[in-house]
Amino acid sequence: MDRIPILKMGHFLLVTIQVDLYDRLALSLENDLINMVSQVDAKGVLIDISAVSIVDSFMGRILGNIASMTKIMDAETVVVGMQPAVAITLVELGLTLSGVHTALNVEKGMELLQKRIGKDQTGEEEDYDSND
Amino acid sequence: MIVMTKESLQILKEQDVILFRNRVKEFATKIGMSLLNQTKLITAASELVRNMLKYANGGVVILEIIGKDRVTGIRLTFTDKGPGIADIRLAMKDGYSTGKSLGLGLPGAKRLVNEFDIKSEVGKGTTVTIIRWKNGI
Ligand SMILES: Nc1ncnc2c1ncn2[C@@H]1O[C@H](COP(=O)(O)OP(=O)(O)OP(=O)(O)O)[C@@H](O)[C@H]1O
Ligand SMILES: [Mg+2]
Repeated sequence: MDRIPILKMGHFLLVTIQVDLYDRLALSLENDLINMVSQVDAKGVLIDISAVSIVDSFMGRILGNIASMTKIMDAETVVVGMQPAVAITLVELGLTLSGVHTALNVEKGMELLQKRIGKDQTGEEEDYDSND
Repeated sequence: MIVMTKESLQILKEQDVILFRNRVKEFATKIGMSLLNQTKLITAASELVRNMLKYANGGVVILEIIGKDRVTGIRLTFTDKGPGIADIRLAMKDGYSTGKSLGLGLPGAKRLVNEFDIKSEVGKGTTVTIIRWKNGI
C-alpha cells in the first residue's frame, strides 16, 4: 500500500500531503507519524495541506488526533497552507480544529514551532490539564 | 425545474468516496461554480456519502445539473436502504451521534448548501437531497 513520506529535519518532522487522501492512507499517516515522533523524539510536526482541496469531518478528526497524540509525547503539531476555501468551509461545517496550530506556509510554521519549543526549553514548567 | 445532465453512482466502499467527490467536482466545474461553492458542496457531499457507508453499508447517489429561472446548480440525491433514522430532528442537531462521532455531518452539510431535504423511514432507508446553486450564497 502507498504511504505518505515523512521527512525528518532536525527536531521536526515534515509531511506534505500531495493529494486528497483515501481514508486508509490518512489513518496510516496518523499511525506512522505517532510512531515516528516517539522513535526520533521529535519536538514538532509540520503538516503541509496546501494541495488538499477538501477537509471533511473525517480528515479534520485525523488532524486533531495527530495533534493531541503528539502533544502527549511532548511535540507540537502545526498544519500549514490550508486553502482559504477549505478554512471557510470548515467553519461553516462546524469543525473547530481545537489543539491544532495553523500557519500560512511551511516557513511560518517552522518559525512557530521554533518559538514554542524555545519557550519549553527555557525552563518554565508547562501546566498540563490532566482532566481532559 | 429542468434536469440537464443526470448520472448515478454506486457507493459501496471507502475508495468510492474520492471517486465520487471527483465526479461532483467535474459537474461543478462544468457549470462554472466558484471554488468556494464547489468546496462547500463537495464537503457536504462527502459527509453524506460517509454517513451512507457508515450507517447503511452504502447506497446510490444521483448527480444532476439542474436549471431553474435561468440559474444552474447541482443536485445530489443520496439514497440508501439502511436502518433509517427514527428521530430526524434529533439527528439534525449539532453534536448528536449514535456513532460516537462529532455529530456534525448532517447539520454541517445543511449549512453548506442552499437546499437540504431529508426523508427517512425506520427499517426502509434514508434519502437526502441537496442543491447548491452556481452563485448562491
Ligand atoms: N444514512 C443514514 N442511515 C441511518 N442513520 C443515519 C444516516 N445518516 C445519519 N444517521 C444518523 O444520524 C446521526 C447524525 O449523523 P451526523 O452525520 O450528523 O453525525 P455522525 O455521523 O454521527 O458524526 P460525524 O458525521 O460528525 O462523524 C448518526 O449518528 C446516525 O445515527
Ligand atoms: Mg456523519
